[in-house]
Amino acid sequence: MSVNARARALWVVWCAVLVGSLVAMVRLNKSATGSVATDNRFGFTLVESAKQLGVDFVHQGPAFDRRLDHIMPQVAAMGAAVAVADFDRDDWPDFYVTNSADGSLNRLYRNNGDGTFTDVAGDLGVADVNRAGTGVSMGAVWGDYDNDGYEDLFLYKYGRPELFHNDAGTGFTSVSDKAGLPPWVNANTAVWLDYDRDGKLDLFLPGYWSEDIDLSRLQTTRIMPESFEYAENGGRKYLFHNLGPSTGSGQAALFEEVSAKLGISSRRWTLATAAADLSGSGYPDIFLANDYGVPQLYVNKAGKQFVESGRDSGVARTPKSGMNASFGDVFNDGRLSIYKTNISEPGVLVQANDLWVPKKGTAGGTPQYDDLASSLGVDLGGWSWGAQFGDLNNDGTLDLYLTNGYVSAGERSSYWYDFAVIAVGHSAIIGDAANWPPMKGRSLSGYQRKRVWLNDGAGRFTDVAQVVGVTDTYDGRAVALADLGNRGVLDVIVANQRGPLLIYRNAVQPGRHWIELALEGASSNRSAIGARVELQWNGRTQVQEVSGGNGFSSQNDRRLHYGLGAAANVDRIVIRWPSGQKEGKTQTIEHPALDRILVVKEPA
Amino acid sequence: MKRYYPQLLITGILISAHLSFGILEGYSRTGTAILVAIIVEMIMSRLTYGTWPNPASAYITGISVGILVRSPFLWTYALCALVSIATKYVFRYKNRHLWNPSNFGVSALLFLAPASASVLSIQWGNVIWPMIVIWMLGAVIVWRVGRLHISATYVASFLLMSLVQSAVTGNPWLAIVAPITGPMYQLFIFFMVTDPPTTVHSKTGQCLVVFCVALVEMFLRLNEIVYAPFYALFLVGPLALLIDEWLRAPSRRPIQSGVAY
Repeated sequence: MSVNARARALWVVWCAVLVGSLVAMVRLNKSATGSVATDNRFGFTLVESAKQLGVDFVHQGPAFDRRLDHIMPQVAAMGAAVAVADFDRDDWPDFYVTNSADGSLNRLYRNNGDGTFTDVAGDLGVADVNRAGTGVSMGAVWGDYDNDGYEDLFLYKYGRPELFHNDAGTGFTSVSDKAGLPPWVNANTAVWLDYDRDGKLDLFLPGYWSEDIDLSRLQTTRIMPESFEYAENGGRKYLFHNLGPSTGSGQAALFEEVSAKLGISSRRWTLATAAADLSGSGYPDIFLANDYGVPQLYVNKAGKQFVESGRDSGVARTPKSGMNASFGDVFNDGRLSIYKTNISEPGVLVQANDLWVPKKGTAGGTPQYDDLASSLGVDLGGWSWGAQFGDLNNDGTLDLYLTNGYVSAGERSSYWYDFAVIAVGHSAIIGDAANWPPMKGRSLSGYQRKRVWLNDGAGRFTDVAQVVGVTDTYDGRAVALADLGNRGVLDVIVANQRGPLLIYRNAVQPGRHWIELALEGASSNRSAIGARVELQWNGRTQVQEVSGGNGFSSQNDRRLHYGLGAAANVDRIVIRWPSGQKEGKTQTIEHPALDRILVVKEPA
Repeated sequence: MKRYYPQLLITGILISAHLSFGILEGYSRTGTAILVAIIVEMIMSRLTYGTWPNPASAYITGISVGILVRSPFLWTYALCALVSIATKYVFRYKNRHLWNPSNFGVSALLFLAPASASVLSIQWGNVIWPMIVIWMLGAVIVWRVGRLHISATYVASFLLMSLVQSAVTGNPWLAIVAPITGPMYQLFIFFMVTDPPTTVHSKTGQCLVVFCVALVEMFLRLNEIVYAPFYALFLVGPLALLIDEWLRAPSRRPIQSGVAY
């Protein structure tokens, strides 16, 4: 072959390599968007049924200082929240939803037990909480802080936080003054936990905006994050230690703010937080999903100190826009993974969501994590917000429900270009709201399709949202899972920003077994928040913990739901109560009856 | 040693930025890009020219891809690096490759795989000193290699065009210039537009080309195209080289006598 002929032949080969690579890019890009199911063979359907259940709530968004008018849709983009609890102890889960316009009313939906709900917030004193000058609601979490057997309600706001004592299910009394809460916090999340295992629920309240900002009455427009990825000018974090019943009424608790004393001093912009024993110490650790930066993992050192271990654990390697914190044992091997949602907008910003799976053998200190979101197919979810793990089809593996969408306005116009331009600016530019280009009625990741990722148990999730009935495109924020009808299936409640509250009633095909656990603490906190349950069946082990708030601005029902598939027998249930009483000892229930709600009280 | 200044600079930026601010998606991804770029360069050069190439050029392409691309998928880094190097052997005219390799690779990736990758869009932390240090260090390096005029002309043109954009869109001028304060533009200004093999020969021509890049970029930005600088260089760069070669053709040289080449 002549030199020229060889050169030509090689050139053709290089052309083929180049073209092949470009074609591979296109194909891999297509497959990267995840598997989407087109036929329904998954054993369940979700039917939106809010109105039939008597729930006609539509969230009203906040409106802040006029100097933010040009970017109001994105500044006032949160506040739709939902928290589930059986507040009246009738064994039917109820739920509380927040509203966010000045003067708007929050609602408490009591479960009538007949497939309908009734709003009782006004009658019980937890509706009119958005009065002018007190700020607006962002979310709530239930927890029995005084161990009287009734779930109390903590309301966090862009404003004055409120603690309502539950008066035996007949009403609520504000005890905010006695609780020693700060006068103003701009928070989008809070979680109940018993960080020192003294049997009394403590409260963690991390701020988003700095607490010296009243968004309705700005002193300056320099309020924005100082960086899109490294901002540390957000709200302070509060950890309220429960000191127990006060002398006097015997009903209220006093809290002492101990964050600095225990080593929590962050000013990152926290959007979501959740607590669970991630390090295997027996004490709850705290995970923070932060907007404009890396997440944080506060490892609990025997209730005496928290050590920020985000970087050491591997979860804080890359700054993103964290918006969700939830835990799930996705492999049925007793390890709790962390799911953090972020932003993915094709063609502009692909942060991808994170699924932090602990490496085996790293419990007992600072756990080490690998991000397996891409491998498992749960990485791309649009502008993702709340997400929850739950076995939606009762097949014995945890699935993942995710809602998304930021601002749905003009359907044919997008603010993304201007957003991308300002977001990369230096703090001197991005930090001043006056520099932000006006939105002018444009959408920002609006009208997004939701994700219902079904876990095949073998390391792959498939999005089945469209075929099982989740077809809404509202701007979703909070997701909460609860068996609203005591039927052994998880229903899904979705709170949408400036949109209707949705209730997806679940219908699982017959023949799939389940068991639910309703735990009640004795020497532990009565809500049993932090109780860790291991269910063992067919050689599998699934761990769940009772949560005092997780996801984004949400709280699932405290009852733990386990799907079992065709299994007719459970080997045992092992419960580790949060009090840690009798160190190393656990409560074991052998071969429990299936297809029922099992009430378990902590042994005295 | 002088020819390795850019490599040293970009490596220094990468290491210090990642250690300080964690700007990388991970060492494995940047490592993949560098490794693929060097291996592909070695193979293609050896087979095409029969010689082992100096890996410095492939290294800078790989590390640029590793820094610029943001993606959860390893394949984006590998394919982007592969495509970048391959273009050097496919798109050639008069023994010169037409596109800046990483500009082609990144543009192709963004255009063909938008759901899988985006471009570095973050700041050097939330303080100003890293930005100032990199601007100064970068300016000194490109001055030492005789290319400061290119970077300076581009920056001046960008600022000029931003005034026009502000007037047209009504958006705050500070918002429009915001991107140039970030690392992505610093890499673009110091490494892409100054790349010797893909720039024209005369100094005046070089300045004119980057002015045209900024001009085309402005029109793309007015059409809300986020990755305007990459696409602008993608469009203008090869065209400028073709014109340059045409002007330098032997039949035209007498006309240009006296011009320093």
